[in-house]
Amino acid sequence: MLVSVVVLLPLAVAVLLVAVRTVPERVASWAWVVTSAVDLALVGWMWWRFDPAVDASAPGVAGGVDFDAKVRWIPSVDASYHVGVDGISLPLIAMSGVLFLACAVWSLRERHRPRTYAALFLFLQTACLGTFAALDLILFFVFFDLTIVAMYFVIAGWGHGDRRRSALKFFLYTFVGSLALLVGFIGLFLGSDERTFDMVALASDPPLRDDPVAGGLVLLAVGIGLAVKTPLFPFHTWLPDAHTDAPAAGSAILAGVLLKLGTYGFVRIAMPMLPGAWRDWAVVAVAAGVVSVVWGALVALAQQDFKRMVAYTSVNHMGYVLLGLGAAGLVGHADDAARTVATVGAVVQMVSHGLLTGALFLLAGVLWARGGTHAFGRWGGLARPAPLFAGCLAVAAFGSLGLPGLSAFIAEFQIFTGALQAVPVPTVIAVTGILLTAGLFLLALQRLLTGDTAVPPGVQADVRGDVPVDMRGRELVAVVPLLVLSLVIGVLPWLLLDVVEPAAELVATLLARGTG
Amino acid sequence: MISTYSTLATAVSTQAEHGGQVAVEATGIYSWTWLLIAFPLLGAAVLLLGGRRTDRIGHLVGTVASSLSFVMGVVLFVAMLGEGDAERAFTLDLWEWFNAGGYQVEVSLLLDQLSMAFVLLITGVGSLIHVYSIGYMEHDERRRRFFGYLNLFVAAMLLLVLAADYLILFIGWEGVGLASYLLIGFWQHKPSAAVAAKKAFVVNRVGDMGMVLAVASMLAVFGSSSYSLVFANAENASTGWLTAIGLFLLLAACGKSAQFPLQSWLLDAMEGPTPVSALIHAATMVTAGVYLVVRSAAIYDLAPDARTAVVIVGAITLLMGAIIGCAKDDIKKALAGSTMSQIGYMMLAAGLGPAGYAFAIFHLLTHGFFKANMFLGAGSVMHGMNDEVDMRKFGGLRVAMPVTFATFAMGYLAIIGIPPFAGYFSKDRIIEAAFAENWVYGICALLGAGITAFYMTRVMLMTFFGARRWKQSEPPHESPSVMTVPLVVLAVLSVVGGAGLLYLTGDIVQWLAPVTGEAHHDLPMPLALLVTLTLLTVLAGVAVAWGMYGRKAIREDVPAGNPLTVAARRDLYGDAFNEAVLMRPGQYLTRSLVYVENRGVDGAVVGTATAVGGLSSRLRRWQTGFVRSYALTMFAGVGFVVVAMLLVRLP
Repeated sequence: MLVSVVVLLPLAVAVLLVAVRTVPERVASWAWVVTSAVDLALVGWMWWRFDPAVDASAPGVAGGVDFDAKVRWIPSVDASYHVGVDGISLPLIAMSGVLFLACAVWSLRERHRPRTYAALFLFLQTACLGTFAALDLILFFVFFDLTIVAMYFVIAGWGHGDRRRSALKFFLYTFVGSLALLVGFIGLFLGSDERTFDMVALASDPPLRDDPVAGGLVLLAVGIGLAVKTPLFPFHTWLPDAHTDAPAAGSAILAGVLLKLGTYGFVRIAMPMLPGAWRDWAVVAVAAGVVSVVWGALVALAQQDFKRMVAYTSVNHMGYVLLGLGAAGLVGHADDAARTVATVGAVVQMVSHGLLTGALFLLAGVLWARGGTHAFGRWGGLARPAPLFAGCLAVAAFGSLGLPGLSAFIAEFQIFTGALQAVPVPTVIAVTGILLTAGLFLLALQRLLTGDTAVPPGVQADVRGDVPVDMRGRELVAVVPLLVLSLVIGVLPWLLLDVVEPAAELVATLLARGTG
Repeated sequence: MISTYSTLATAVSTQAEHGGQVAVEATGIYSWTWLLIAFPLLGAAVLLLGGRRTDRIGHLVGTVASSLSFVMGVVLFVAMLGEGDAERAFTLDLWEWFNAGGYQVEVSLLLDQLSMAFVLLITGVGSLIHVYSIGYMEHDERRRRFFGYLNLFVAAMLLLVLAADYLILFIGWEGVGLASYLLIGFWQHKPSAAVAAKKAFVVNRVGDMGMVLAVASMLAVFGSSSYSLVFANAENASTGWLTAIGLFLLLAACGKSAQFPLQSWLLDAMEGPTPVSALIHAATMVTAGVYLVVRSAAIYDLAPDARTAVVIVGAITLLMGAIIGCAKDDIKKALAGSTMSQIGYMMLAAGLGPAGYAFAIFHLLTHGFFKANMFLGAGSVMHGMNDEVDMRKFGGLRVAMPVTFATFAMGYLAIIGIPPFAGYFSKDRIIEAAFAENWVYGICALLGAGITAFYMTRVMLMTFFGARRWKQSEPPHESPSVMTVPLVVLAVLSVVGGAGLLYLTGDIVQWLAPVTGEAHHDLPMPLALLVTLTLLTVLAGVAVAWGMYGRKAIREDVPAGNPLTVAARRDLYGDAFNEAVLMRPGQYLTRSLVYVENRGVDGAVVGTATAVGGLSSRLRRWQTGFVRSYALTMFAGVGFVVVAMLLVRLP
C-alpha cells in the first residue's frame, strides 16, 4: 500500500493540475514542490521501516522484498499490478525522490507554462518510481515506456537549441530499445514453466535454464534494450544531444534517474532471471563496460561545451556499473565475497551518480540561466564573482572524479576490488578511467573558474563592476543537499550499504545457481 | 571466505606484527589521538564554511587549531617515551567505514613510533608555517581561505600518517592532494597557477591508479587492507602478488613524492604561495611516498624485486633533481629540484630494506627542518624584493636581510652535510648504507652529495653574496618578526635537529626498530675513510661553485650554457617527453575518437534510421502538430501487445 501511494501520489497531483485549469501558475509550481516533498517523506518513512528479511524462507527475490502489494490485472497471462521494494530498488527510489524534489525547487521560477511543466514532471516521477517498484514485467515495461514519453515532452517543450530534433532522436532511439526489451520480456514469459510475468516468480524459477541458445537470445534482446537506456557504447549517441538541449531539470532527471532504469534492469531482470545466460555472456558485459569507461572519458575530454562533457561522463560512469555487474557474473573466476562487493559497488554507483551528476547538470543550468550558453570558451574566472557556484562545482567535480570522502569513490573502489579477481586486465584498463575523469573535470574547473573573469555578452556588470552570476537561494537549496548526501555516503557509507548489501549478496547468490 | 576473515581478525591479536611489536587498543591519553586530526579539521570547517564573518580572525583560528594539534602531539610523545621500547603502538577504532561482501574496513588509527615522528614533524613545522603565513599573507584579501586550506592540509596529512588501514590512508592521501591542488592554484587569477595545480593533481592521479590497484589487490589477496592483517599474512602470500603490490605502491609513492618518472609536477607547483611550498612541497606531503614505502616494510621485505625498483627510482631521482637544481635561476625552483633530490635519497634508503628504513625517516625529519627553513627564507627574500624570484636579480642581500641570511645559512650547512649540522647525521648514514649494499648505489649517493654542495652554494652566493644586482627604488627590507621567529626556530632545528633526534629517541634506529625491523650492514671500507671521502666530495662541490659564482661576477642575463645546463633548465626534458609522448598523441586520440563518434557511431544510427523507409523524416512530419499522439501511440502499442499475448495464451 505504502509503495503504491509513493508511486501514484505524484500522478494524482499531476492529473489534478491538468484537470483544474484555474490553478494559478505559481500555485502549480509550489504544489509540485510540496508533492515531491511529501513523497520523499513517505520514502523516508519506508526506509525507516524497511525490513529486508520479510520472508527469508522463500527463495528468489522474495527474500528481500518488503512492502509488496499485488492486485490481479490480466490473469490470463498472469500479469498483475505487483509492486514492492528491496535493498536495490529502495535506495534508487530514495535517490529519485531526492532528485525530483531538487528539480521541483529548481523549477520554482520556471516561466514557460509552469503548470504543464509541473504536471509533466510529476507524471515522470510516477513513471520512474513505478519502474523501480514494479515486480511484474508488463508493469515494468509500461512504466519504463512512459518515462520516454514524458521526457520527450520535457525536452521538446522546454529545451533549447535544436530541441525538437534532439527530443525526437531520444524518443526514437530509446523507443526502439524498449521494443527490444519487450521482445525479451515475451521471451521470458514464453520460456517460463508457469507462463508468468511475475518478476518474483521468474527470479525464483528462472526460465530457459536448459536452453542456452534461447536464453542467450532473450538476454540479447533484454540486454540491447537496457544498453540503449544505460547507455553503453555504442548505443549512447542519443545521450549527448538529448542532454545538451534539455532544460537543466530535465537533464538532471534524465542522467540521474532515467539512465538508472537501464542499469537497474540488468540487476533486477537480466541477472536473476537469466543467471545461466548472464554467466555465459558476462565477459561481454565487462567488455562493454570497460569500453564505455574509456570511450566516454576520452570523448568527454575533447568536448568544448560543459554540459556535453558532463553528458559523456555519464557513459564513463555507467561503464563502471557494467564492469561490476559483469564481474559478478563470472562465478568460476572470483569468490562470493568479490562478486558481492562488485554488485554492491554497482548499486552504490547508481545512487552516487544520480546525486553528483544531477548536481552537475543543475550547475550547468546556472550557466545557462545567466548567459544562455554552456560553452567553455564563453566563461572564465568565475571563482571570484561566483564563489558559491565555484564551491559547489568543485565539490561535485571532485566527487564525480572519485575523491575519497564522497560517494563515487566508495562505488568505484568496490567495483575495482570486486572485478580485479575475475578480470584483472580489464580492471586495470578501467582504472585508467580515474585518471581521465580527473583530467577532464580539472580542465573544466580550470576553464570555468580560473584566470581572468569572462562572461557572455548578455551578462551585464552591476554598478560595482561585479557580474551577478553567483547562485541564489532556490538554486542552492536544490543543489547543496545533493552534495551533502554524497558526502554523507562517502563518510558513513554503511548507512546505504546496510540496505544494499543483503540484496546484492542475494543477486550474487542467485547468479551462482546451477553451478557446482 | 567471510568466516576466514573473522578468524584472521582474531588471530592477529596473538600474532606478532612486523618488527615484533604488537599494537594494543588505545587507552588513557592515547584514546584521544583522534583530537590530533579533529583540531585542524574543525579549524578548516570553521574557516571554509564560516564565510566572511571569520575574515578578521581567520589566521588566528587556523594557527591555534594547528598549534593545539602540536601540543597534543607533544603530550602523546612524552607519554610514549614512558612506555617500553616495543610497547609503543596503539590502535583506535573509530567507526566502521564499510562492510560489503565480507570486506570490512574500519576507520581506525594507529599511533606508533613511526606515525609519532610524523605527527611531530607535521604539526610542529606546520604550526611554525602557520605563524609565518600570518605575516606573509597579510595583504592577501583571501587570507582566511588560505588558512582554511592549510588546516585542511594538516588534518588530511595527519590522517594519512595515523591511519591503520591502507584505504583510510588513501583518504588522507587524496585529502593532501586536494589541499595541494587548492593551494598551488590559490592565486587562481594567474593562469600559470591554475595550470600547475591541475598538472599536480592529474600527475598524482597516475600514482593513485597504483594506489587503487594496490589496495584492491590487498583486499583480493588478504581479504583486508588493514595494516595488522596485511602484515601478519604477508608471509603466506605469493611473491608474485607481493611484488605486484610493492610496485603498485611504488607508483603511488612516485606520484606523491615527485620521483622519476612522475616528477614533473613539483617544479611547476612552486606557483603556489611560498609557505605552501615549504610545508607541502618540501617538508611534509612530498615525503608521504617515503612514509608509504617504510610503512609497507612487511611487504617490501618479502618482495626484493620491488625493493630494487625503489632503490633505482631513488637513485635516478636524486641525481636528476640535483642536476636540475644546478641550472635553475628561480630560487624556489632550485630548492624544488633539491627537494626532489633529497627525497630521492630517502627513497634509496627505504629501498635498502631494514638496513635503510630508519635512515630514510631520519633524513626525512631533518630535511623537513632545513628545507622548510630555506623555503621560508626564500619567501622572506621574496617578501623583501617585491616577489622577485630570479636569483640573477638578487645579490648582496646578507646586509639588507641579516636574520634571513643567518637562518638560511644554517639550512645551507645542514643540507650539504657539514658536521655537526642536522643533515650530516642523516645523509651520511644513507651514503654508508648505500655503499654497504652496492658500490653503484653508493657512488650515486656520494655524487649526489657533491652536486648538492655545488647547487646550494650557488644559491647561497647568488642570493646573499656578491654585487647588488637589484634595482628597485626602496632597498630590500628584513621581514617582520612574525616571519623571522619561525625562521629562527627552524634554523636552530637545522643545527641541532640531527643530534637532538638521536638523543631524544635514544638513536632513531632503535626507536623505529619495533616498527620497521633493523639490520646491520658491513661497510666495504673503514667508516672514517667514507666520512672523509664524503666531506671531501662536498668541499669539492663548494669549491667549484665558489669558482664559478663567488670569484666571478654574476651575469644578469642568462648565459647560453652547455647542453647539460640547457637540458637541466628544461627539467631534463621531462615535460617535453610528456608533451611528445602523452599529451600530443592523447589529443589526437581524443579528437579522432570524437570524429569516429560523430561520423561512425552516431552516423551509423542516423543512417540506419533514415534508410528504414525514411522513418525519421516521416516522424519529423508527425511532430509538427499533435505531439500527444506519441503518448497515445505508445499506449496503443502496449495495449496491442497485451491483447496479442492474451490471444497467444488462449487455446
